Amino acid sequence: MPELGRAALVVCFGLTLYAVVAGFWGAHTRRRRLALSAQNALLAAFASALVASVVLLAALGRSDFGFTYVAQHTSRELPLPYKLASFWGGQEGSLLLWLLILTGYGAAAVLLDRKAGRELIAWVVPVLGIVAAFFSMLVVFVASPFHTQLAAADGAGLNTSLQSPYFQIHPPLLYLGYVGLTVPFAFAMGALLSGRTDERWIVATRRWTLAAWMFLGIGQLLGAKWAYEEVGWGGYFAWDPVENAALMPWLAATAFLHSVMVQEKKGMLKVWNMLLVILAFSLSLFGTFLTRSGVLSSIHSFTEGSIGPWFLGFICFVVAGSLVLLFRRLPLLRSKTRLESLVSREATFLYNNLLLVALCLTILWGVTFPILSEAVRGESVTVGRPYYDFFLRSFGLPLLLLMGIGPLVAWRRASLRSLGRTFLWPFAFALVAGGGLVAAGAGSSLPGLIAYTFSAFVIGTIVLEFARGTAARRALADEPVPKAFASLVARNRRRYGGYVVHAAIVLLAIGIAGSSAYDTSHTARLAPGQSLKLRDYTLVYRGLRSTRAQNAVETRATIDVYRGGDRIAVMHPGKNNYPVEQQVSNEVAIRSDWLTGEDLFLITEQVNPNGTIDFKAIINPLVNLIWLAGLVFLLGSVVTLWPDAREERRLAVRYGRLAPDT
Amino acid sequence: MLTAALVLGALLAVAAVWFVARPFLRNPGSEEPLVEPDRAGRERLALEEERDRALAALKELEFDHRTGKVSDDDYRSIVGELRRAAADALRALDRGRGRSDVHSREGP
Repeated sequence: MPELGRAALVVCFGLTLYAVVAGFWGAHTRRRRLALSAQNALLAAFASALVASVVLLAALGRSDFGFTYVAQHTSRELPLPYKLASFWGGQEGSLLLWLLILTGYGAAAVLLDRKAGRELIAWVVPVLGIVAAFFSMLVVFVASPFHTQLAAADGAGLNTSLQSPYFQIHPPLLYLGYVGLTVPFAFAMGALLSGRTDERWIVATRRWTLAAWMFLGIGQLLGAKWAYEEVGWGGYFAWDPVENAALMPWLAATAFLHSVMVQEKKGMLKVWNMLLVILAFSLSLFGTFLTRSGVLSSIHSFTEGSIGPWFLGFICFVVAGSLVLLFRRLPLLRSKTRLESLVSREATFLYNNLLLVALCLTILWGVTFPILSEAVRGESVTVGRPYYDFFLRSFGLPLLLLMGIGPLVAWRRASLRSLGRTFLWPFAFALVAGGGLVAAGAGSSLPGLIAYTFSAFVIGTIVLEFARGTAARRALADEPVPKAFASLVARNRRRYGGYVVHAAIVLLAIGIAGSSAYDTSHTARLAPGQSLKLRDYTLVYRGLRSTRAQNAVETRATIDVYRGGDRIAVMHPGKNNYPVEQQVSNEVAIRSDWLTGEDLFLITEQVNPNGTIDFKAIINPLVNLIWLAGLVFLLGSVVTLWPDAREERRLAVRYGRLAPDT
Repeated sequence: MLTAALVLGALLAVAAVWFVARPFLRNPGSEEPLVEPDRAGRERLALEEERDRALAALKELEFDHRTGKVSDDDYRSIVGELRRAAADALRALDRGRGRSDVHSREGP
């Protein structure tokens, strides 16, 4: 039923246009019914996008090759979960997913936040409408997923690197993150348009920003795990432009989540916070542009299309429009308070913001420089790993240290005496950890040693914060330790959930430092019966076997793994040959030691006709802490996101009077 | 199939138009404007934000002092300022309430 899909998208486009025009006019002339009608248009746009998505999913599931999109991205032999996930495997489907999630977020924001401030939401709706109208215009006129053709006997299949379980979850999570950043942007613009620059837009968007940031973070970690297990080069992050494109808005959103606390507590950094929201949203659009325009070569940019100029135009419009609006409202954004001391919590947030934005902008320059160079001078330039690693160390290591310092410094100002007392234990712990690591031989990599020592400092800070907080709650309410701990977290979820997220970042830093600074690898050509030694492992190649799976021929080597004379595992690295897609993929074998966090990683680089294999073995120390960091990050984010009933009541009283019920 | 798709598409469009028009259909003729807070309302909101900021900062300072993060000297030097800020905001809010009570007794 491609006609129904097309009709649903046309209806969606019309509704979003109406939401823009009626929304602006209703908000400007204060016509309540017109504003409500625009809100309903946004809700109906979500329903229309949902209908279009169901039509596409049904066509994918039924292998209806009368749909050009289905024929281009699936085949009859493709397993059903991959057929359905092909929804976001190509440009047109991805744009429809953007639209579906955006209208979904818009509908949820309208339903959940309209009581918090009707005159604010009246201005938010047309801003959301503009973004939704742009994406619905793309899927109606430029890149429709509902083009039809004479039904082919079979489809072209799905890119083999996408045939992984991670493909079913990584792109939707990234999109939930990218698109989620539209909501804080729309509220910020709504606040500027309405001239209501009080804290209401921040209160309304706090949870949306956190949710988008969480999805973006988890999505990136799953992408890293996918690259680690599927791409087959032994790493998990290659500073690929599209990976960078997801990292940049996350960094900007991280800066915003910290600096917004300064605005809430001190009424400062109002302009800066607006700029960060604009930056995060613009970078999320830029990320989609990089992935979908075909402007650069990357493992992710498997589509090429005509949407590039449209995207560039829209990004320019968003950046220019929001900056002009911000400039016009500058008088409303002046803060009454000033930074009292360079040694205060708000100052550490400021330093953290400067480092995060500096890291974000250096990555942006690394991504855009090759594109600009090719466009302006016609020269193809590559910005490689050394550039990014240099800036990651230059800005990332001080950021890690600040994560330990910040929580120990009081708001407003702190005396040297206070600092000396609070820093004593974490500092001593870091010193002992650093000394121990040098004694254990970790001094071979200075950045690694610094990262570990700083990580120990942050862990010391987190443990101290929880211990002191629990002790204070116990003294106050005479509660047992578990109850005091639970009530400590429940009473200040943002602070203690934030510390759990800090613990996740420490695990990430330890995992990255361990696996990149202390890894070992060896490459060899082995005939059956031959072996290679790598540290305390001995790997014996036994032979090859091939089997036919649903849509691929799977060739696997058998490798016996010995340690200390004992056979501890049999591993099967190999290759998959996909006849329909005419592609070959590397299928690595990984043995994780959960006690040490270390991975033994085997890659069959080449299978030779004489039965020998070119084979690479890598030991990645502590790499599993990166994946553990994902779980801890999720836990911390959920704690932070969990609604606080008392806080909700307080804010409802503060803002409720201004918003009569309908 | 084509007819069914066209009928379903038309139904979707009609349903969307009805839903969008609903605010006009529910109370035809009457138009209640969007409520924008007046200057006094905005000032009161700003004062409430200031009051809540000061009270939250006081609460946090007390807790940080209790956990040992803030020394006695630092506590003494900051607590006075925060109490003054909270008291100023509360006084200003009371004055504003008093004025609006007088206004409401006198009528519009």
